[in-house]
Amino acid sequence: MPEPFRVILFIIFVMAFAGLNAAYLVWCERKGAGHIQRRIGPKEVGPYGLLQPIADGIKLMTKQLFLPKGVDPILFMVAPLMVMVPAIMSFCVIPFSEIFVAREINIGLLMIFAFASVNVLGLLLGSWGSANKYAVIAGARCVSQNVAYEIPMLITTITMVMVTNTMNLNEIVRLQDGWFWHWYVFRLDISLLMPVAFLIFFVCSLAETNRAPFDMAEAESELIAGTYTEYPGMGFGVFFMGEYANIVIGCALTTILFLGGWQSPIPLDFSGFLGVIWGLFWFLLKLYALIFTVIWIRWTYPRTQFYELLNLSWKVLIPFSLFNLILTALQIKIFPWL
Amino acid sequence: MNGLLQQDLNQETFTINLGPQHPATHGVLRVKLVMDGEYIVEAEPVLGYIHRMHEKMGENRTWAKFLPNCGRMDYLCALSYNHGYVAAIERAAGIEVPERAEYIRVITVELNRISSHLLWFGAFVLDLGGFTPLLYAFDDREQILDLLESVTGSRLTYCYFRFGGVYNDIDDSFITGTREFIKRLRERLPMYDALVTKNIILIKRLKDIGPISKDMARRYGATGPVARGSGINFDVRKHEPYSVYSEFDFDIPVYEEGDSMARYMVRMKEMEQSMRIIEQALDKLPEGDIQPKKAVKMVKPEKGDYYHAVEAARGSFGVRLVSNGTNTAYRLKLRSPTYSNLSLFGEATKGMLLPDALALMGSLDLVIPEIDR
Repeated sequence: MPEPFRVILFIIFVMAFAGLNAAYLVWCERKGAGHIQRRIGPKEVGPYGLLQPIADGIKLMTKQLFLPKGVDPILFMVAPLMVMVPAIMSFCVIPFSEIFVAREINIGLLMIFAFASVNVLGLLLGSWGSANKYAVIAGARCVSQNVAYEIPMLITTITMVMVTNTMNLNEIVRLQDGWFWHWYVFRLDISLLMPVAFLIFFVCSLAETNRAPFDMAEAESELIAGTYTEYPGMGFGVFFMGEYANIVIGCALTTILFLGGWQSPIPLDFSGFLGVIWGLFWFLLKLYALIFTVIWIRWTYPRTQFYELLNLSWKVLIPFSLFNLILTALQIKIFPWL
Repeated sequence: MNGLLQQDLNQETFTINLGPQHPATHGVLRVKLVMDGEYIVEAEPVLGYIHRMHEKMGENRTWAKFLPNCGRMDYLCALSYNHGYVAAIERAAGIEVPERAEYIRVITVELNRISSHLLWFGAFVLDLGGFTPLLYAFDDREQILDLLESVTGSRLTYCYFRFGGVYNDIDDSFITGTREFIKRLRERLPMYDALVTKNIILIKRLKDIGPISKDMARRYGATGPVARGSGINFDVRKHEPYSVYSEFDFDIPVYEEGDSMARYMVRMKEMEQSMRIIEQALDKLPEGDIQPKKAVKMVKPEKGDYYHAVEAARGSFGVRLVSNGTNTAYRLKLRSPTYSNLSLFGEATKGMLLPDALALMGSLDLVIPEIDR
């Protein structure tokens, strides 16, 4: 297949994936929350409530796009897109399977982080533009939270780049070929703190995507709906889709960096079409296991206090990730043959 | 120049309206907050959004006709308010209450207290951002509502007590149901303890947050779990025993810390004590009438000034009635506990962060219709 067609096909696929995923993650979240809370969750619209996300989507789309008094119309309208679009863009470099990737580029990891940092700008502009004091408080919280959590996340990523010597996501996964103890989370020979690095990365991705227990940006019992307070209809819907797309990106990145991406836990490889499906299966399994953990955490724990959140980052995560960086560097330098 | 500088400094603060429509206020309370960033400079609760003139209504209807109003004040612990009012009338008019009726009153009021505390527990954790415990607590509370429905006929705004007794006798199914419920709740409370009370996030959000000193609680007339969380050992049931409370063996949980955690713990322990009271009352339940032999028809208390307080779920609820010897009250003053408990909010939250202040507000256990009456 000629390259341009392939890329276009894949981009259509990733956009559909991002959109559907966001819609059906809401369903999963509501169903999961329902079962955690001893109730059924959505069940009326379609079998098992499977058409609920579509009904929700139609409801949001048919709502009037209403501009509250005093908002900055441009910022107000652009902000949801600034959360949604970078998230979808990041999907382009996520390898779902060996060849199942829109674009294999050498700086895939860098590109994802570059796009991920636009997310917070969107939230800030949205809350500033909506001229609401609750939203502004949420926006300010959002920025300090994202700044605080981007640092340990990036330090951990730098550690991983030192280990892998590449920013190509496909290459990173290929390096974890073989049995499941080749996955970086279990590679104690590279760094003794590898499982800790995995935890740091996962916690940071929770905080980066504003998920409970770090959902300061929304904090419905304090700030009504935080950043989204003034957003009607699809404005809110796009924010929401962006948020879920970001969760998927965060979990996908965790899977790729630490859990071996599309690699199966036992070295059993198929060729051709079956191989693609096999890889896809393992990637999605790991991805959704992580996403389920995210949902599970949200419905189990209360929200942290804001200064506890920053304390956790500056006093625990950053020192640990720095220590991990140094330890890994030493281990690579001293035992280069490993 | 100095003045200008002062003005600039003043502009650092801004005012936000918390409520009357805000998820954290559980009703139509409005709090005017002057904020410096996320720090509260000044908090002023604004009341009156659900004022229904209960006291005035008491003055222009007969004593008996006011009875249903009591259940509409604090809809979460309506039976205590029933109890306060009928006990005040009984004291004023000198009506004897059969012992069985007093026991039934104690059993139902304590069940109602547990249901109120369960709902508070769920709503409080919801305030802190944990959604799930609310549904578990409602699951338990549902059992109480079913039990109370079977004897009182209603599920929320009870009007079950009568002057001189209660409206309906309890039957065996209620008694076995209550025993089963107590057994069930005894199994559930350790689970709440493990899941919620020992949760590190919850502890960090409540411990040493929102301290209310003994002195502050006294000055504002705080009662109930708020006062007991600040180390004031006062419970009307124990210190001015009414009904048949003096016959039961129960403890008053008192915590000295005065923080949100102390108030939380007081309520969790109170549920256990209420279960103890109910068990003893069920064991001792005497046979007999549930209303006086000679039916109470037209109540006309002697001319005078009477007061009776009961311990409601939120603190001491007092009814002061001034009678001029007719069949309506000359003046009916209802002393509701949450009103006093809320009044310390402004002083207690000075300099506090907004989320902490909302945790403090949740720990006060506000029921807005009872503040406004």
